[in-house]
Amino acid sequence: MATFFGEVLSVYSRAVEEDDDDIEEDEEDEQIRRELEEKREVQLQWGPEISQSLSSGNKLQCSEFIIGVGHNASSFLSAYVLASAGWAAVGRATAWNERSRAVTGQSGEDSACVFHRHKDTPSVLICTVTGHIAEDQQFQWTQKVLDSLQQRQLTVTVLADGSVADYKTADYLSGGAAPFLRCLRSGAFSPQPACPPLEQPNILTGLPAAVLNHCQVHRIAAVVYQCYSDVIGPDSVTMETYKPALSKLAKSIQLDTSLKTDVLRKLVRTTEIQSNLYI
Amino acid sequence: MFVSSENSSPALKDFTLVMPAVAVGNVGQLAVDLIVSTLNMSRVGYFHTDCLIPMAGNNPYATCKEDADELHTAAEVYTAAELKLAVLQIRAPIVQTKSKRFRQQLLSWIKASGFSRTVVLSSSHAYQRDDQQLQGSPLRYLATPSLLKGSGDALKQLGWREMEKVTAFPGVADASSEPRLYIPGGGITKGLYTDSCADDLPLAVLLLFCSEGDNIPDAFALVNHLNDWLHLLHHQSHEPSGKWKIPTSWSLLFGSGIPPALF
Repeated sequence: MATFFGEVLSVYSRAVEEDDDDIEEDEEDEQIRRELEEKREVQLQWGPEISQSLSSGNKLQCSEFIIGVGHNASSFLSAYVLASAGWAAVGRATAWNERSRAVTGQSGEDSACVFHRHKDTPSVLICTVTGHIAEDQQFQWTQKVLDSLQQRQLTVTVLADGSVADYKTADYLSGGAAPFLRCLRSGAFSPQPACPPLEQPNILTGLPAAVLNHCQVHRIAAVVYQCYSDVIGPDSVTMETYKPALSKLAKSIQLDTSLKTDVLRKLVRTTEIQSNLYI
Repeated sequence: MFVSSENSSPALKDFTLVMPAVAVGNVGQLAVDLIVSTLNMSRVGYFHTDCLIPMAGNNPYATCKEDADELHTAAEVYTAAELKLAVLQIRAPIVQTKSKRFRQQLLSWIKASGFSRTVVLSSSHAYQRDDQQLQGSPLRYLATPSLLKGSGDALKQLGWREMEKVTAFPGVADASSEPRLYIPGGGITKGLYTDSCADDLPLAVLLLFCSEGDNIPDAFALVNHLNDWLHLLHHQSHEPSGKWKIPTSWSLLFGSGIPPALF
């Protein structure tokens, strides 16, 4: 496809190979496919206390579920919320896929999503997702995670990373515009969100979209705050963009508003080493 | 599976269902967008399935600021009760390993809803046409025996061309290879058609040969073609776009605005 300026872009075709179904599968192919599917299944592992309660048929009591998808979003949650005392990891979700690193015996650290809960406010659950959840796993992840929570009075907030290159607008975006927030909410979410809504023709994809779809269909209040950043990799300016989104929740999670610059610095240090090449 | 967006499930019995196949150039999906937007159809539910890649956005058919902030998902069902018309819009590609499952889910929903007929809007790679397909109109149709029982005469009057069966090796006389139905780039089109033939479902496929690019003219060609049969819109206009209303979500097809410093 040619763009406005005439350069030719290779376009990913949505047309599926038509003859896929015609290929006759023998038993071995089918077995390989089945085993692969089993391996790609999303696994949830809760701590002893929660898994005991879940196995006796109870759902996890939760009124605020906050998910950070991507390095910036999850680092922001780590620095501003999880860094204060009292938060403990209570579970994790793993999803094996083509981007998982081969670690024998255990699932790759990269694919992990960790669930955190505060010992004084157990009704708030925070999940940080830093690994890659493949397209065919996003629906399943959402279903498994949200099905273990009780759904009455539940509000889901998703913080998600995005690239400003994916943002379409009729006005030219000048260099100083990014990073900025846009939100998308389910029909059941009534409060005023902390930022402007995502304008058409922009769309959300990936895990945030899967969570939002699930919440829309099951009438759960949910909002996604997508941060459009012009920096590749984690950086502290982008992380701070999420602040207005969380200040809406400040009451329930006692957000520590004092700047945790040192924590942010620690989080981005690893990538800075490579990027000072041209300074 | 279908999930109603209202408290009660909508009555879809004896409605005509129009749906796209995710195919070359997204022509079917664009045509469906035109129908929903022009007829001002109302959303009655979602097709919530793990077979589609998740996506979400605000109202693609927004007409003013008030209705812009409303969540829409990857697959949704719209109706126009006075026309007895239902439309399924699919906005995302199918997860590659799950296309067979998606087809089964679709067909069981179609059967359960009791649609009087189903029309699939689709497209196929223009470059894979054989000699006979190269001539004349790029539009083709396919109809299951069950649909021909009711609408066969109407289709005959329209003088449409049926999708030709092609041989595996064109130009080579080979008695052992039967001509077969071949819709390259058509996604689940062929599967839906053959399954509907086997299940005796009234289903028609309307397709267009095209290439990837700016497929808006293709969408108009396909939706006008459909309109010749179903008369969704009564218009005498000779313009290709007729009276179809382009939805707001079709803006910025070629990317964001241009830097003003360029000029």
